[in-house]
Amino acid sequence: MKFTIDILKEEIPMSKMAHQAGSALSNLVQLLSLKKKDAAGTRPVHPFRVMVRKEMADHINSWRFLILIGIIFLTCIGSMYTALTGLQKADTGDAENAFFFLKLFTVSDGTLPSFFLFIAFLGPLLGISMGFDSVNSEQNRGTLSRILAQPIPRDYVINAKFTGALLVIGALLFALSILVIGSGLIALGIPPTAGEFIRIILFTLISVIYISFWLNLSVFFSVRFKQPATSALSGIAVWLFFVIFYPLILNIITRGLQPSPYASERAVYLYEKLKFLLVQVMPNELYNEAVSTLLTPSVRSLGPLTIEQLHGAIPGPLPLGQSLLVIWPQITGLIAITTLCFILSYTSFMRKEIRSGT
Amino acid sequence: MSRVIEISGLTKNYGSFVAVDHLNLSIEEGEIFGLLGPNGAGKSTTILMLMGLTEPDEGTVRVCGIDPVTHPVEVKKIVGYLPEDVGFYDNMTGLENLAYTAGLNGMPRKESLERSRQMLVKVGLGNEMDKKAGKYSRGMRQRLGLADVLIKQPRIIILDEPTLGIDPAGIREFLDLIAQLSKKEGITVLFSSHHLHQVQQVCDRVGIFVKGRLLAEGNINSLAEKLFSKTAYTVEAGISEYPEEKSPATVKVSARKVAGALKKLKGVVSVKDTDHMLQIECIGDITPEIARTIVQTGAGLNYLRKREYGLNEIYYRYFEGGDTDE
Repeated sequence: MKFTIDILKEEIPMSKMAHQAGSALSNLVQLLSLKKKDAAGTRPVHPFRVMVRKEMADHINSWRFLILIGIIFLTCIGSMYTALTGLQKADTGDAENAFFFLKLFTVSDGTLPSFFLFIAFLGPLLGISMGFDSVNSEQNRGTLSRILAQPIPRDYVINAKFTGALLVIGALLFALSILVIGSGLIALGIPPTAGEFIRIILFTLISVIYISFWLNLSVFFSVRFKQPATSALSGIAVWLFFVIFYPLILNIITRGLQPSPYASERAVYLYEKLKFLLVQVMPNELYNEAVSTLLTPSVRSLGPLTIEQLHGAIPGPLPLGQSLLVIWPQITGLIAITTLCFILSYTSFMRKEIRSGT
Repeated sequence: MSRVIEISGLTKNYGSFVAVDHLNLSIEEGEIFGLLGPNGAGKSTTILMLMGLTEPDEGTVRVCGIDPVTHPVEVKKIVGYLPEDVGFYDNMTGLENLAYTAGLNGMPRKESLERSRQMLVKVGLGNEMDKKAGKYSRGMRQRLGLADVLIKQPRIIILDEPTLGIDPAGIREFLDLIAQLSKKEGITVLFSSHHLHQVQQVCDRVGIFVKGRLLAEGNINSLAEKLFSKTAYTVEAGISEYPEEKSPATVKVSARKVAGALKKLKGVVSVKDTDHMLQIECIGDITPEIARTIVQTGAGLNYLRKREYGLNEIYYRYFEGGDTDE
């Protein structure tokens, strides 16, 4: 986290913003360092903890969240099933059986997308749905001014919103991943290797970051827009833009720039490089690349490669450290845009005029 | 008595609109101060600046000697604030809502539940504490709001339009509750309203607030004296018949006669006579003397109506010109 904040400090030369993000971090640290739950309820509880607890309870008790969990759970069962049937067909004579367990997350028999594609698709929806009314609905109901009249720093509100949702998302995704591992264990009869397990855990972590990007984006919209419907729509619009329209626009641009078949190798390489860079703007593409590389160890590179670069390479799976190196830019990018969205919502919340109603 | 709230030269602009214009005000410990003014006069803005929820453009605010701009959390520890349109989490019960606030004030879970229960009984919600806040009536919400303000044991409570939308009986009960709590626990109350009668009912002192300026302050009687120094009271007397009443012409003469008798009374400023109705403007309440005098002249006194100058008159005298939008 610290690394990305340093990057952002360079991009946005506002020491105040960096300071605010820093205090947000220190709040998180404060929360995590608090001692374990006091069962008798006689010790004073840190107000931030009280707020996070309430946020989490709100999420878990809301119908919206239950419906989404239901959808995600069902699709995961579906993708598990297709993965298992797909694996049955594929396992005979496969040379890359070393990472057999990971295929549970990536393989499909063609009827349903695989597990990680489902997360890539439904994750944004989950993030948007958990954040789009977090601030404006409190303001509309008149609870925000009441909460802000309590002796708590103002940023506790937005930090608690973020932390609460993040913890819920994290718990949900880790539960899902571990469930998939468990059911895979039962269905396949082979345990995952340590490397596979670490890859799955990292995949889950990246998914949490990806979903919290959408969460922060929709929290930002909920600070900006007064109506929850507007902020929900804006969140969905951004998502649709990146999923559908941006690739379309990209297609048009790159087609115009396409070099002739007789162009020099260098021109073709530059063209491919540009195409790759333009794709990197999309958060969903960053996530897809990072996750598919992590779950498919045989992926060696994400950008275009020249023949010289490929010369002498022996096809085979990469070790974990190398896979991580390949996707390091993607991970950094994901964390950076997530932090950026958080800082945006944080600063706009801190400057917001707090008035209930009217 | 010490000054718990001191405001000097406070100014807040929203673009070119001046919401609060060089306001000076001080409130002493234990008093109930009514901030009276039409909507949009800057009452809420002033309150938000007191709480440190909005930053002033100019001037200083001190709440118990603390600057809310630099130390908002310290101010919020001792000041309870009931916002204008107070809201609660509808999916939580009244008790849970209150315990949450207590928790935000750093109370342990067990203690906060206990205190919340006591507080709910105190404000008269003892039987409704386990009902969802979404099912509360407007009056009940306002009571819950009061409990919410009091749970942190504040030294000052600030209520922004607390009586909005409650029925008259509910308003009376609510105001009595505030007055009672303030007297019993020595809490300073700042209370904004555009309803005159309510302010009149409970406030020790009133400030009249128009277009971001404090036009006058003082207790209600001194305000009335200041404004209507010569004519604080008007008594209207209806006469059914005069002793020598025969024709309209003689009625006029008789009426003038009675008026002349009344004018001799001490404290009477002027008497307007219109046949069967007399309007007597006077300083101080001398209605009994007026009645006696009229009866002594032999005229048949039909009714006497005393018109006291309350905040209504004060209000309209100050706000005339159509600033009131309600």
